[in-house]
Amino acid sequence: MHLVLFFIFGGLCVAGALNLLFQRHPINAALSLIVVMSSLAVLYLLLGAEFLAAAQVIVYSGAIMVLFTFVIMLLNAGREDRTHGSKAAYLVGIPGAAALFATLVYIFLSYRTPLGDAGLGNYLVTTTDLSKVLFRDLLLPFEVTSVLILVAVLGAVVLARKEH
Amino acid sequence: MEVNIWIFILLSLLKVIVITVLLLMCVAYTVLLERKLVGRIQNRWGPSRVGPFGLLQPMMDGAKLFLKEEIDPEGVYRPLFILAPIISLACALMSISMIPFGPDFTWHGVQLFQISDVNIGLLILLAIGSIGVYGTALSGWSSNNKYSLLGAIRASSQVISYELALGLSLVGVVLRSQSFRLRDIVAVQSTQGLLSWNFFGGLQFIAFFVYITAAYAEAGRAPFDLPEAETELVAGYHTEYSSMKFAMFFMAEYAHMITIGCIATLLFFGGWSSPFGNLFPPVGGVVLQSLLAIFWFVVKVFFFLFLFVWVRGTLPRFRYDQLMRFGWRFLMPVAILNIVGTSLWLALRAH
Repeated sequence: MHLVLFFIFGGLCVAGALNLLFQRHPINAALSLIVVMSSLAVLYLLLGAEFLAAAQVIVYSGAIMVLFTFVIMLLNAGREDRTHGSKAAYLVGIPGAAALFATLVYIFLSYRTPLGDAGLGNYLVTTTDLSKVLFRDLLLPFEVTSVLILVAVLGAVVLARKEH
Repeated sequence: MEVNIWIFILLSLLKVIVITVLLLMCVAYTVLLERKLVGRIQNRWGPSRVGPFGLLQPMMDGAKLFLKEEIDPEGVYRPLFILAPIISLACALMSISMIPFGPDFTWHGVQLFQISDVNIGLLILLAIGSIGVYGTALSGWSSNNKYSLLGAIRASSQVISYELALGLSLVGVVLRSQSFRLRDIVAVQSTQGLLSWNFFGGLQFIAFFVYITAAYAEAGRAPFDLPEAETELVAGYHTEYSSMKFAMFFMAEYAHMITIGCIATLLFFGGWSSPFGNLFPPVGGVVLQSLLAIFWFVVKVFFFLFLFVWVRGTLPRFRYDQLMRFGWRFLMPVAILNIVGTSLWLALRAH
């Protein structure tokens, strides 16, 4: 059951990602991204991370992608023309991406045991477990991260107000 | 073993179908309730011709919408134009799957009064709510109409702004029950009747008002119905829709109202627990007890539906800048203060 669901949603995720690249209209691309993010949420759920799955849908597919579509609608961005692509992308980009992919695959395959195994199964990380780690064991990094985000938000406000 | 699994699957399917059909019936009669009540508020009768007291009106409305011509406007972006009402209605109907109507009552391994009981029920409800915006947004954009687009833009910005206050207002409730599971949240509130409800005993009345205001804005109901303000935008995001596609938006709005009523009942008014708690000795067997619990649930949800209509009949629509200022400068800080207050209160009480 888990494996079947994994293949369905993993396939959906890859298909959405490819569709995102091939679509020429921004709004279709944005919608494919929503599909990718929502199927990622299902994959998280299959790995037993229920809170992460819900947060993924609420924050990414909900809030952030609504902002994306909102901006696309507001700017009334039209269909984009297909170009022949830059030479740099062909010469450096594709070999670079292939090399990166090969390296990652090599690392994951050769260091399987030390990296650990996130198998599909019936175990569950409950929200209580997660909050114990976040608010007890890793309290300082967590708080520092939130301060960092606050600084970023304040910075965005300052930059946005400069025009007036 | 084999037979048991088949009974489980069949019963589950039956349960889903029964609950969906019941929800759709409720949607139809909520429309009638709204028309009747708004009529009485405006000193007129409302629908009264079809059947006794106009009770057959929803059926006739349905038949009318079904038989109307499906107009396919030129210049629309068809895939999304068709997808948008489906997203709206699907998300509105999906929320009901998390909602428990009554106490734990298992028969052949099937939970009878809830479609699915999950640990993160509350979060899933929020997630479904946040996906539902796409229906509105895409319908406006794909219609290729200025009014629709303006309505959709208003809807998205309104929902983004009020979603924050809505999510934050629920934190107090979660803090008190220490769980996202809706049954746990109700269990905390069903010990001493009325006094242990989050609204009274849980001191969450501020959170309740923030929640209900934000939920009205999320559902696009008066006084926050700017996305379909007919004086400015014709009919807003669903201007170009006709026949069943329009009916889908319509049903989505009312289904959304019902789920908001259910969530408010579960989170703040003790769900299916009786307001008298254990004051009276329990009467009857298990079945009667369950029916009584469902009766309390329905009464509370009905109260919220009544409130929806009452507010619509009473308050004028906000102006757009007022809407934004109210959401960001009033509701958000109040919701955050409520979290701080509730945490302090719970921490003090624990010591």
